[in-house]
Amino acid sequence: MMRVIYVLWLRQLKKYGRSKSRVVGAVGQPLLFLLALGYGLGSVFARAGKGDYIQFLVPGVIVQTILFASIFWGVNILFDRMLGFLKELLVAPVPRVVILLGSVLGGATTAFLQGVLVLLVSLAIGFRPYSLPLTLVAFAIMAMLAIGITSLGAGLGSIIDNMPGFQAVNNFIIFPLYFLSSSLYPLDSAPPALKIIAMFNPLSYAVDALRGTLINQSHYGLATDFAALGITMIALIAFGTICFRRIQT
Amino acid sequence: MESTNFPTIAVDHVTKSFGDVMAVDDISFEVYPGEIFAFLGPNGAGKSTTIKMLTTLLRPTSGALRLAGKDVVREQAAARKAFGVVFQDPSLDDELTAYENMELHAVLYGLPRAMMAERIDMLLKLVELDARRGSYVKTFSGGMKRRLEIARGLLHEPQILFLDEPTLGLDTQTRNVLWAYVRELSRDRKMTIFFTTHYLEEAEDIADRIGIVDRGKMVAMGRVDELRQQTGTDSLEGAYLALTGKGIRDEEVSAGDNMRAHMRARRRS
Repeated sequence: MMRVIYVLWLRQLKKYGRSKSRVVGAVGQPLLFLLALGYGLGSVFARAGKGDYIQFLVPGVIVQTILFASIFWGVNILFDRMLGFLKELLVAPVPRVVILLGSVLGGATTAFLQGVLVLLVSLAIGFRPYSLPLTLVAFAIMAMLAIGITSLGAGLGSIIDNMPGFQAVNNFIIFPLYFLSSSLYPLDSAPPALKIIAMFNPLSYAVDALRGTLINQSHYGLATDFAALGITMIALIAFGTICFRRIQT
Repeated sequence: MESTNFPTIAVDHVTKSFGDVMAVDDISFEVYPGEIFAFLGPNGAGKSTTIKMLTTLLRPTSGALRLAGKDVVREQAAARKAFGVVFQDPSLDDELTAYENMELHAVLYGLPRAMMAERIDMLLKLVELDARRGSYVKTFSGGMKRRLEIARGLLHEPQILFLDEPTLGLDTQTRNVLWAYVRELSRDRKMTIFFTTHYLEEAEDIADRIGIVDRGKMVAMGRVDELRQQTGTDSLEGAYLALTGKGIRDEEVSAGDNMRAHMRARRRS
């Protein structure tokens, strides 16, 4: 079984590495956010007494990178269904859960690596993490986020039949989730309505956890963040598994 | 002679319904080691549904299907190891090389690492793709892809090979080569070959026995001469038309089939 999981994981990495445009596309957008917002709004943020906006923004932008890379990875499952390759996997003497596991781990790895890449670029433009041990915890949070959202992407790729459907999900679910989390602005000074929405948005806890570990600023506290993130991850894995198991050819 | 053998494919009173529609209605047949069996029928007759059930992609509503003695529902993994399949649409990963596609298959079917490279080499030579082993499949023609799929389907040494319209869209040369392989496999390795086709002359040339389905039922089964005799006609085509009528059929397709047809059309344009 480990060998099967390994080759399926490797397949995702190979496909990813062979498509340069995917890498550039996935990292380009978050960097644009970081540079445009970071430098554009930095002085306003500082004048409001909130400190360095780049410091504040980097965790949110890393979440953004992983979020969009992971969800969009689900298109691979859609393509495998469309182009017929999935049949090869579905008739193989291997349980479907194992097929899904190997593929999701591969997708999550690529999303995670993109997050790391954005973190490295941030370091180059002046971002300074709070401490090394906590940065390692941040990597664990990034991995959890990647696995959870990749499972969601796999689930969507299993039930959606075309690309426009995927884009619709992106526009109507993922973008609002992102903007209504604390990724771009601090929750402490946000209006109450926004605070309440953010509280029910699982993504807020991922952003908060990264902020807690990378710049030592947490709104909810790391324990709450981990609990919320863990529960969400399990729910998303369950969702992905149920959808993938129901695929009919 | 056949009845002394143990059947490699045994389909026993199988039905499959989708809501009110009976796609397959109480079909039974057996195919034996080394036998080449052609499965014919008009569009929408239940061919695809039957193949999907045989290849474990669909569960029967009732009845049992056994491959090499293994029940496709209850002993699914063992049944899956017993067959190789070449689907109507390509099922290769275009972004991987020919060799990588083979390698992935070998691991999925649990081939020991020691014999993997040797078997892949041998099969790529057999289908004359050895020189292109490192090329991405997306650079292959339709015929090359079909050959690679056959090689891949044989990698785990199955007892049964399913071929769903394997010659669709291939030129005459490639078709001849393909059928020559298939004959060899059945003769030398006693492999059971089960194929569908719309070209009746292929079935007539290649198959030892033919089954004809229509409206979910097996309407006739036997050797070509038996079918001719049974219908009082002088060709397989005559027998086929006598059994299934001359009207054109519309096929109900699944969302997945539609999606793939759409993708194919887009790729061609």
